[in-house]
Amino acid sequence: MAKYGILIDYDFCTGCHTCEVACQQEHNYPVGLNGIKVTEYEYQLANGKVKIDYMPFLTDLCDLCMSRQAEGERPSCVKHCQTACMKFGLTTDLTAEAATRPRAALHTHVPK
Amino acid sequence: MGKVDVYPTIAWSAGAGCHGGCGQKLFVEDGKMIKIEGDENHPFNQGRSCPRVLALTQYMYHEDRITQPMKRVGERGSGKFEPISWDDAFDFCETRMKDIKEEYGPESIVFAQGTGRDIGGPISFLAYSYGSPNWVQLGLSGQSCYTPRLGAMKAVQGDFGVSDCSQFLETRYDDPEWEVPEVIIVWGQHPPNGCPDAFFGHWIVDCMKLGTKIISMDPRNTWMTSRSEHHLKLRPGTDGAMALGMLNVILSEGLEDKEFCAKWVHGLDELRERAAEYPVERVAQITGVPAEEITEAARFFANAKRASIHWGVPIDMCPDGTSVAHAIICLWSITGNIDIPGGQVIARPSHEVSSYPYSTEALIDLYGEELVKTLTEKRIGADEYKMVKNFRGWAQPDMVIDQIMTGEPYPIKGAWIQTANVLGGQAARTNFHYEALKKLEFVAVVDLFHNPTTMALADIVLPSSTFPEKDSFRSWWAPLSIIKKRVQVGDCKTDWEINFELAKRFNPEGTQRWGSPMEYFNERLAPSGKTFKDMEDAGGWLMPEDGPAKPYNRHERGLLRPDGKPGFNTPSGKIEVYCSAYEDWDLDPLPFYTEPPQSPISTPELHEKYPLIMITGARSQLYFHSELRGIPWLREKEPDPTVEVHPDTAADYDVYDGEWIYLKNDLGKVKRKVTITRRVKPSEIQTLHGWWMPEQEGAEPNLFGVWDYQVNQLVPGPQESKSGFGGGQYKTTLVTLEKMEKEGAAANG
Repeated sequence: MAKYGILIDYDFCTGCHTCEVACQQEHNYPVGLNGIKVTEYEYQLANGKVKIDYMPFLTDLCDLCMSRQAEGERPSCVKHCQTACMKFGLTTDLTAEAATRPRAALHTHVPK
Repeated sequence: MGKVDVYPTIAWSAGAGCHGGCGQKLFVEDGKMIKIEGDENHPFNQGRSCPRVLALTQYMYHEDRITQPMKRVGERGSGKFEPISWDDAFDFCETRMKDIKEEYGPESIVFAQGTGRDIGGPISFLAYSYGSPNWVQLGLSGQSCYTPRLGAMKAVQGDFGVSDCSQFLETRYDDPEWEVPEVIIVWGQHPPNGCPDAFFGHWIVDCMKLGTKIISMDPRNTWMTSRSEHHLKLRPGTDGAMALGMLNVILSEGLEDKEFCAKWVHGLDELRERAAEYPVERVAQITGVPAEEITEAARFFANAKRASIHWGVPIDMCPDGTSVAHAIICLWSITGNIDIPGGQVIARPSHEVSSYPYSTEALIDLYGEELVKTLTEKRIGADEYKMVKNFRGWAQPDMVIDQIMTGEPYPIKGAWIQTANVLGGQAARTNFHYEALKKLEFVAVVDLFHNPTTMALADIVLPSSTFPEKDSFRSWWAPLSIIKKRVQVGDCKTDWEINFELAKRFNPEGTQRWGSPMEYFNERLAPSGKTFKDMEDAGGWLMPEDGPAKPYNRHERGLLRPDGKPGFNTPSGKIEVYCSAYEDWDLDPLPFYTEPPQSPISTPELHEKYPLIMITGARSQLYFHSELRGIPWLREKEPDPTVEVHPDTAADYDVYDGEWIYLKNDLGKVKRKVTITRRVKPSEIQTLHGWWMPEQEGAEPNLFGVWDYQVNQLVPGPQESKSGFGGGQYKTTLVTLEKMEKEGAAANG
């Protein structure tokens, strides 16, 4: 069972790449290894307007920053997010919180 | 493994590549920075950080970093340099610069800076100690980056103003004095992409979370425009018409703040009359935005109780950028939004500390009467443009490069270039800059990496420092901060250390009262009543206390004028929408619109040949102008110079997504990789500036591929506005797309 997860209030993800580099610095990953990746979605609405959204995705390399947790710190991506749109916690708590957000996604995650 | 110490500091380039201001924590082990994190206790960023800061270890300890002074030993451009000692490097610079001064006068060396980093203080200190009045943002046509807007604000309202996102208050969004802005117009910028001019871009997003509605003034679709209440997709360069049209709606419908205007606005009737020349139908025709959208947005803004305008560099880059800025200032003024919570607050240097002196008395005291005379009489552009003469001490960039080429009215023989990759970055008509700068007898470049400018021009390269490696201070708005040195990399010195040492050699008398840069810092910090050490003990930063540097309602409380009377710091004491300073400077005292010099309307024949309006100069979250392309964690996320092309346009030109093509006009052509996207309109394309390839051969003729990728080669000049400030055509140049031969496309792809 996934005890922990990261809730993403993705309506406020601006695609700034901060979480990606925060992860690489924390784990000293070389180029090509990423614990989190952000994808852009560009689409049109019925009225012709263009919408741009982003979604961070946790890869198999994400270890939820176990070593930081031991020191009472949040995962590096969560801490540095420029819009504070990411929240780390117990999946049970985050599930309840997700229900209060109009556009959110909960990544449950068990580190490999 | 040794012990890891954690130190707080303030980020300001070099390193992050930005205008800085955020609090960061440095993790240092055995004299080496091993990690950096945002500082939770700093009110500016509240623990947040950005990709550029978080990649700082890769920047500081990069194998290509220059860590010793390097003297050129081959021909210019050969890329052959040898390491020398600092003593020899200083001696070399001193001798060459004194020779030029003796033969041609001190005005014959220009001191060129770019942007970012604490450069204004040290470079003016050196230029003036040497005796040259020619301190310049070389290459930046019309000095089209914030200076035009700053000059307009000083002239019209006597002070600078910024969107109030609670940044002057220590407890920020929790401060009971602050209120959430109802509306912010984001005009010509995508704030999440960076931190412009001492403003954390994501503050706007913080406000959106708290309920602020956005009006976007942007030709493109972005994350923010797709979340805005009104998105006016104006044609690039028509911002002046848009602002005047909105003023007309507000004034003709009586939506202005009548009480505020009666008390604090000078020239409202004249403004009303001028705005009436811009009926909304005419503005719709100019801007391409439907009339009803303009009217609705104007009403939405004017009806908000607390509103502000957060603006970007496209305003400076309009023809007559200072007039466009004037019009926009009128928008926030006549609606009574100045210095109210959640409005457009007045922004002053924290604790009235400045990093360099600018009063005549202080300049005479430090550098002597001769320098002050020369600033008026010899400074390039000061004769031609009264606004240039009277606002800031800079020389006019377009005129400087022309003078280097012609030698008239006096010859320029040398350049001290610090924090500026002129050829790889801001230089419009890049090839002309290259030819002119090649003529110089002496060029010193202070930088951290080789780049097209060091390679093509430098006789000597002096290695500078990142912010964890330097002592410095900062008073740009708030808070007052110090930057404290924690590590040393190679033999690098800070900009302050380098310039202080040379300044001492050129001006021993004027500089004798300071034995070190630290003693100078303490003198600059004196208005705050604190020393550098006091600041360090206090945690490194201090928010302004009640007084001229802290909002709100300072005009009512008599905190803005030297005479202590209520009012604004203008001759009339009011906001001069009819601007007496502009009148003094032989400029139109009321805002007006000028069509871009290249456009479908002003040059229809050129537009037929080059039918696409090219927008350049936007910010990337990963890069800062021409910096950081060599940093692996950043380059991974944006590996290629792309051009955004609308699907219909791509079909017209028969180009596919990912295809390498040329952008082309009469000035040349550059390579770009096509991204097909609806971010842009069919009539426009968008591409980033600042591209060169650190991984390629640096020696001439390649110069890191600068001639293949430097998009400003296509931007014409000189294009400065009537005021001398603004007008660089970085957003409005006409181009076409040209397919590459098959082999070329494959080789690049």
